[in-house]
Amino acid sequence: MRQACLDMVYELAKTDQRVFFIGSDLGVGTLDKFKDEMPDRFFMEGVSEANVIGMATGLSLEGKITYVNTIATFLTRRCFEQVVLDACLHNANVRLIGNGGGLVYAPLGPTHLAVEDIAIMRAIPNMTVVAPADADEMRRFMPLTLDHQGPIYIRLAKGYDPIVTTDEHKFEIGKAICMRQGSDALIISTGITLKVALDAAEMLEVEGAHASVLHMPTIKPLDVESLMVSLSKTSVVVTVEEHSIIGGLGSAVAETIAEANFEPSKRFRRMAIPDQFVENYGSQDSLMANYELTAEAVCSLVRSLSSGLNTNLEMQKTYSNIN
Amino acid sequence: MINSTSSVSSQLDDRSLHLRRTAVKILNVSRRGHLGSAFSIVEILRVLYDEILRVNPNDPEWDQRDRFILSKGQGCLSLYVMLAEKGFIEESELWKFCQSDGILGGHPEHKIPGIEASTGSLGHGLSIGIGFALNARYEKSDSRTFVVIGDGESNEGSIWEGALSAGKHKLSNLTVIVDYNKNQSYASTYEVQDLEPLCDKWQSFGFGVREVDGHDIGQLRNAFENLPFVPDKPSVLICHTVKGKGISFAENNMEWHHKNRLTDSEIQELLQELEVG
Repeated sequence: MRQACLDMVYELAKTDQRVFFIGSDLGVGTLDKFKDEMPDRFFMEGVSEANVIGMATGLSLEGKITYVNTIATFLTRRCFEQVVLDACLHNANVRLIGNGGGLVYAPLGPTHLAVEDIAIMRAIPNMTVVAPADADEMRRFMPLTLDHQGPIYIRLAKGYDPIVTTDEHKFEIGKAICMRQGSDALIISTGITLKVALDAAEMLEVEGAHASVLHMPTIKPLDVESLMVSLSKTSVVVTVEEHSIIGGLGSAVAETIAEANFEPSKRFRRMAIPDQFVENYGSQDSLMANYELTAEAVCSLVRSLSSGLNTNLEMQKTYSNIN
Repeated sequence: MINSTSSVSSQLDDRSLHLRRTAVKILNVSRRGHLGSAFSIVEILRVLYDEILRVNPNDPEWDQRDRFILSKGQGCLSLYVMLAEKGFIEESELWKFCQSDGILGGHPEHKIPGIEASTGSLGHGLSIGIGFALNARYEKSDSRTFVVIGDGESNEGSIWEGALSAGKHKLSNLTVIVDYNKNQSYASTYEVQDLEPLCDKWQSFGFGVREVDGHDIGQLRNAFENLPFVPDKPSVLICHTVKGKGISFAENNMEWHHKNRLTDSEIQELLQELEVG
């Protein structure tokens, strides 16, 4: 997905003179073709994220579309005030491309794990937050970044993630995509957890339960209209995301559900990373499994919510495994 | 080595006194503001707006304009005086300073005609200015970028990230102006976070460096008319200034960095200090 995203930046730059690129201190060879062919629009600025965001804002205020790329934690935490006051307060056309959203950098530990990036980006006025599910969806999304007004945070996954979307899944910024329909449960995902959601729905189907899957690649602005349509068709709702349980997709959906005052109320749970620093290494997949961010765990939760079991006990069990 | 401890001795002329009187009248509206920070940059702004900046108040977005950023946004009182005088904003806006129906707040915002970037939190303006300067170079425009930073602001790491970047890009169309009044909020810069040797620091980051008395119109004019100071390098003008310049009891007085709840008599005392002739 990262390669697809950067390839698209290059392709967009070839046809649109407004496209500039700023990296911090990226891997050797990154976007060499861009640098060779359009050197006056390519900058590698070193490990200085605060300066990079200010620079990008200055360029964008002059009418350019500035794509900034570095590791997601450094792009969101390190220069948070520059993102807020430079990019967002000025509503500048800055595109923040964050490598390794979620648990991708598992072997590198908590300094490199972007598990609250969606929460903090979502809290900033003017910011749009997007987490595509796979490389193909990234290719459909990126051309839309040219003429979108305002800053965008683009959350990248690991790369070589399974392709789960098709050209039929047309991308619109701010729009959810209904991947499958069923009235027994609604599973909502963003980014690469779409695969988890789809696998869970398949497993439930085998058991005779029909689940909807709503993919929300844009977390902000949240497509409340589509969400409400999907919510109206079922009473069991689960969100699944590779992100802290605070402030991400689950929180956004919970806010919608809470204010909708459904009667009867929904049986709703968020599946996410608990409010703690990640203490283990391993791989992205092993950490996802540790945190029960798996199709099997989603199925189990849907089953328990559907059968009216005491879900609090179920959740306690889930999290006791983690702790 | 360049000496950065020059003394400041210049007297204020009628125009400088008048500009400060207007600033005090603005302060009278809100009864609060950063007077000390504003009065150290009056002559810098006066020379820039009177003689140096190529801007058009009738077309603030003119694409060939020079870009000016007051990165030390707390000095905005003096900037608002200049913007009104030059016609970027209506004078009536001055008398709504910090009021709910006004456009001028305690820090400058880009929605105000003539303001390029919102500032207030320190350490932001230089990097935005670098973006402006890089764009001007790319567009082969003669537009120049001027950024005023504070000495307290120079504690911020982002200033030095920007200095590295501007030096690397040899941005000869960028001028950084340091309001070196040697005082920050708590105490002197020497006590809080000493910047010396300041000129050497900027020089080592790849800048052409000059020092002036920041209240001396002639020195400021001469410096700005000779940009860049070194070919193919960004310039930095270290302006030796006095915080609260022009008000005997506010000069170098930390209590006047920011003032709250100014009384009628304090306003009168300020105006008396600034009487012409």
